[in-house]
Amino acid sequence: MVDSVVIPLLKIVIVLNATLVAVTYMVLLERKVIAWAQSRLGPMRVGPYGILQPVADAVKLMIKEDITPVRADRWVFTAAPIISMVPALIVYAVIPFGPKITLFGRQVALYITDINVGLLYIVSVASVGVYGIILAGYASNSKFPLLASLRASAQLISYEVAVTLTLVSVILMSGTLSMVGIVDAQYNQHVWYIVAQPVAFVLVLIGGLAETNRAPFDLPEAEQELTGGFHTEYSGMRFALFFLAEYANMIVVSSVVTTLFLGGWLPPFPNTAALHFLYAIPSWVWFFLKSFCFLYLFIWIRATLPRYRYDQLMALGWKFLIPLAIVNLVVTGIVKVLLL
Amino acid sequence: MFDTNELVINMGPQHPSTHGVLRVVLRLDGEKVVDADVVIGYLHRGIEKLSENRNWTQIVLLTDRMDYVAAATNNVGYCETVEKLLQIEVPRRARYVRTILCELQRIASHCLWIGTHAMDIGAMTVFLYAFRERELILDLFEEFCGARLTYNSMRIGGLPQDLPPGWDKKVLQFCDIMDSKIVEYEELLTHNRIWLERTKSIGIISGEDAIALGLSGPPLRGSGIPRDLRKDEPYAAYDEMQFDVPIGTAGDTYDRYLVRLEEFRQSLRIIRQATEGVPEGPIVGKVPRLIKPAAGETYHAIESPKGELGYFIVSDGKSTNPYRFRVRPPSFCNLQALRRLIKGHLIADVVALIGSLDVVLGEVDR
Repeated sequence: MVDSVVIPLLKIVIVLNATLVAVTYMVLLERKVIAWAQSRLGPMRVGPYGILQPVADAVKLMIKEDITPVRADRWVFTAAPIISMVPALIVYAVIPFGPKITLFGRQVALYITDINVGLLYIVSVASVGVYGIILAGYASNSKFPLLASLRASAQLISYEVAVTLTLVSVILMSGTLSMVGIVDAQYNQHVWYIVAQPVAFVLVLIGGLAETNRAPFDLPEAEQELTGGFHTEYSGMRFALFFLAEYANMIVVSSVVTTLFLGGWLPPFPNTAALHFLYAIPSWVWFFLKSFCFLYLFIWIRATLPRYRYDQLMALGWKFLIPLAIVNLVVTGIVKVLLL
Repeated sequence: MFDTNELVINMGPQHPSTHGVLRVVLRLDGEKVVDADVVIGYLHRGIEKLSENRNWTQIVLLTDRMDYVAAATNNVGYCETVEKLLQIEVPRRARYVRTILCELQRIASHCLWIGTHAMDIGAMTVFLYAFRERELILDLFEEFCGARLTYNSMRIGGLPQDLPPGWDKKVLQFCDIMDSKIVEYEELLTHNRIWLERTKSIGIISGEDAIALGLSGPPLRGSGIPRDLRKDEPYAAYDEMQFDVPIGTAGDTYDRYLVRLEEFRQSLRIIRQATEGVPEGPIVGKVPRLIKPAAGETYHAIESPKGELGYFIVSDGKSTNPYRFRVRPPSFCNLQALRRLIKGHLIADVVALIGSLDVVLGEVDR
């Protein structure tokens, strides 16, 4: 009873809450890091160094008027933010924050579940999220959001293909689709896949940026062109859901990249005996440290790069990333067959 | 069953990237602009007509409100026109200070341009960097004339007051700071792949077309026409300054960007020369107590940061206000090119091209 119901429920509650808190603080982190990059201070008013800013933001968004445009498709308009948010959260079910550990004399795994098609689950659930954006743009019955949703669907199609093809080469290496299995494979093969699959790493990173609509691929919400894009007509908590979904997706992408390429919860050089003292640091700390690096990188990129244009984004996806992903896959396959 | 239509989309007058209250009605085929209507007039305050009911000294204040990000240049242009009408000799010291102010203003205006232009294309850090430097110039202006935006910094015949003590040193310090900051902008943009893809061969306009459309300033020079009133028809103390006029070759957005970037450097060069060479002497020429020019008309143009800023003034010789006051605003004339430029490009290019023309709506509508 305890093992099958209470502990999983407890884990779900913890992960969901931790995620939502992490997401709100992610927003603060982004504002702070970008402010530092731009020689500003960022939020400083609410609490010391603005650390209570997310609370203020949340309160503000909740008490704002919730407007549905008269000509909007009411049901779809309401459903869109939810469709956006839910996939972003349920992906966390298979992300391993650590291995099985002993807690109060009980074996506890630091992940909600480990299914044998974990990676496939992530890819498919994550791609549902974009329906939120597409439907939001459609339901708003407004021209700018409509253009944004067209952009979003085109962008998703071109990048989903590249990323998924690239993930196949990782699966070829690990021989499993289970997220835990992939980390174990990196341990057993004595190599992090960032070393074994550098091309795949870069491809997934770029594709991840594009799929989460982050700069320089933030076309669906290009403020300067489309005045906020798909969420132009949204206000209050519905807007907040889109916002939270975007940041939750960012965390998902960095967690996935960490798991696939940086050995997940493993410390650096996990097989080197001389460095075994690194195991003293809890596994989940390593995981969060690595993920944090990627989140920081995403913010850093946003502060640095201009935005791609719609057609250039397509060209990059179809003419560069997808062929490269295919070549990478073929080379991985050949090497795997011949050498291993 | 299927019906394809052009999508008419209204961009502005409330839109984050139309730099004020410009309205562009776009007709789209997908994201491609088939045709566009540029609508202006949302910021019309009737400055020209107002000026005809003010006396000559009061008009300086109104000129501040035209190109409000380059108020000092407007002041200089107006005062020089009236001086030409009155045939007043302006002391050399005043002419030097005017040169310094004009060039500081050019840098401030270009800072605003590079910031917003980069912001439109999605590079938001440049915006904050450029405004950081613009702030330094505003501080210099504040010290000189007390205001930070609408300076009212000129008087007919010379300057309102002498330079504050130590001001010239601060200007030279600023030049040194600015030198290193331009490098920062360049690092972020000039060789950035995305920036290149977004600006190269976007909105090409040939030299002949640019002349035919009446372009002036950086958009004209970006198309390879080396016309710069500071060189061609020197005013203030430009005839005594050494500087180059940068020109582009392709006439695209990237070339206009490069031209303005080089103008930062040339402006710094002029400021250094002028600041080090400010002669001693009076700051105001012999101006009559009651300004009442003899009947006649005159046109005088200067090179504002946006292009050729001309004033056409008619005096009837009887009243203490101009009979006719007309401005040739560079932004207005440059904006004419917009419709031609954006045809056939994508929505994302529209904002890039508006930014690349660097218009200020206060000046377009007046």
